[in-house]
Amino acid sequence: MTTVTESPKIMRPPEPPGFKTWVRKNLFNSWFNGLLTIVLLVLIVWAVYSLVRWIFTAADWEPVLKFPILYLVGQYPRGQLWRVGLVLSIYSLLIGFSWRKWGGVMRVLVLTYAGFFVVLAFWPANIPILTTGIRAALLANLGIIAIGYLLSGFSKITPRLILISWLFSLFLSLILLRGTSFLGLLDIVPTNLWGGLFVTLFLAIGGITLSFPFGVMLALGRRSSLPIIRVICTIFIETIRGVPLISILFLFSLILPLFLPTGIRLDRLIRALFGMTIFSAAYTAENVRGGLAAVPYGQTEAAKALGHSNFQIIALIVLPQALRAVIPPIVGQFISLFKDTTLASGVAVLELLAVGRSVLNSEPAYIGLQMEVYGFIAVVFWILSYMMSHASRRLESVLGVGER
Amino acid sequence: MSEQAADQLPIIIAHDVHKWFGDFQALKGITMEVHKGEVVVIFGPSGSGKSTFIRTLNRLEEHHQGQIIVDGIELSHDVRNIEKIRMETGMVFQQFNLFPHLTVLSNVTLAPIWVRKWKKQDAEELAMQILERVGIPEQAHKYPGQLSGGQQQRVAIARALAMQPKIMLFDEPTSALDPEMIKEVLDVMIELAQSGMTMVVVTHEMGFARGVADRMYFFDDGLIVESGTPHDIFNNPQEDRTKLFLSQIIKQ
Ligand SMILES: Nc1ncnc2c1ncn2[C@@H]1O[C@H](COP(=O)(O)OP(=O)(O)OP(=O)(O)O)[C@@H](O)[C@H]1O
Ligand SMILES: [Mg+2]
Repeated sequence: MTTVTESPKIMRPPEPPGFKTWVRKNLFNSWFNGLLTIVLLVLIVWAVYSLVRWIFTAADWEPVLKFPILYLVGQYPRGQLWRVGLVLSIYSLLIGFSWRKWGGVMRVLVLTYAGFFVVLAFWPANIPILTTGIRAALLANLGIIAIGYLLSGFSKITPRLILISWLFSLFLSLILLRGTSFLGLLDIVPTNLWGGLFVTLFLAIGGITLSFPFGVMLALGRRSSLPIIRVICTIFIETIRGVPLISILFLFSLILPLFLPTGIRLDRLIRALFGMTIFSAAYTAENVRGGLAAVPYGQTEAAKALGHSNFQIIALIVLPQALRAVIPPIVGQFISLFKDTTLASGVAVLELLAVGRSVLNSEPAYIGLQMEVYGFIAVVFWILSYMMSHASRRLESVLGVGER
Repeated sequence: MSEQAADQLPIIIAHDVHKWFGDFQALKGITMEVHKGEVVVIFGPSGSGKSTFIRTLNRLEEHHQGQIIVDGIELSHDVRNIEKIRMETGMVFQQFNLFPHLTVLSNVTLAPIWVRKWKKQDAEELAMQILERVGIPEQAHKYPGQLSGGQQQRVAIARALAMQPKIMLFDEPTSALDPEMIKEVLDVMIELAQSGMTMVVVTHEMGFARGVADRMYFFDDGLIVESGTPHDIFNNPQEDRTKLFLSQIIKQ
């Protein structure tokens, strides 16, 4: 027998309040808050107005607009700039690949990267190097990104292949940019001609990729059951963390050469990279150690009971969980490493900030234009830092799948 | 030694096992033999050394005195022996201890692939069969955090079974479960016992013990106070401490 009963009325969640209600509830819920809202509003409008007015009327952007290539690559020989272009287009392709595979995580990076080409292609000043052809070539990178995006629809292009290509391309781009004496194929461009954003990114990306595995090993070493390893790692970490980065950079650039056997000269840029790497590794190690401690011991026991070796337990079970837990502090650590690259100017490495300073000093007319130059550099740093922290937040939520 | 004689040798021999945590003595001379296909149940008050003992059998805890021989291999400091024994014994924990970052299927195939070196495809085929056996094949692609406690514990059993162990150790497998989920786990364990698996089970589920145990051991204060068939233990306990403990848990 079937009976037809009236289906219960479906309840809907209450409508979200309209704009008016929201404003009244959050901004004007008491006379004091209402006053505060008005005062702050006036302040904000005034600040934005003066900033915009300064940017478009009072500011003199010549020291920024006239030297885009200098800010990008420093004194890199202008005849060799095609190499930089080649590297950029390789990355364009890979970014297209990655975009399709890891959309959410990559989105801001893709936007930033594409935005860079657009800005440079339409650079609002007449620069001899930026011919119409070059500007068109820069814009063509947008096409390359799109091609990469389309190509990675093929199932042959797996995430693993993309990751390997990235590592390989980072390595390849170093050879392309520095040159090689092998068969005299590519002229060597000594690193003292490198400069600008290129050097900033070299230090940041190099420092991140080297310090991450190094830091993980230090963290594992600090938990090792072998006392010697444990003590060495602990002393190393604590010493580095007790010293300011600038003094480590000085140590590496001035004192290290004294200890190296004569004949071996470590490049200035490489010394700075080493300094940044060990500094960042010590902090990474402490972050990772926190993550390792957060993995319950029951995980290790279960893995032992299944017969896994100690190495497998670390690599397959403990580290993946530990690293996932510490993505936010590690990315925070990498962002500060990125900003700390500016300290390398203290040991005569011409990164972005140092280029800005040298531009300001290059002409008497630029005296007093610090606001423009440093403001421009700050915006560049802000965009790239924001890009990293956004990607990290997305990465967290992607990797959070299935967690309690 | 003839094949038959080897079969008659107990698969687990524990002889006069002692264990200390610092100055505290947790095991004070445990002797126990388990034959192939037998199911033994260990019970007793909290802190009596049940977990400690069962964990010495696959050397999650090290014993300090006495002898433990599992499937003819003596447990000693020799790492290779420990590896061999861990491949032949599966263990199920009170807190499940599933790997939260891996899907159910990966939890079950991880050890076969990395420890037994099976091909991924073979391991997955076997894993699906075992998940079928414990009744949750449809959960294979979920993560442990998305399952109920009873389902998680069944995955943990499947994970241990995937290594095709000769012995299964259970340390209070249902104690962390809500009452309505206990049965689904016990049913899997009963099926396993009836299929001829050698099992050592720490539990206070007396229905399970009565139904499938060959022998029961009552632990107190690091010692075996009394042992016997479920019939003897329930109907005719000899020791006062056993009587008292049984009356307490059966009252609950
Ligand atoms: N790692 C350890 N360090 C120090 N003491 C321990 C350790 N593990 C266990 N003990 C002690 O050894 C004794 C036996 O513990 P065990 O865990 O074997 O008891 P149990 O019979 O399993 O109890 P429960 O029913 O509560 O699980 C307890 O007194 C406990 O405090
Ligand atoms: Mg216990």
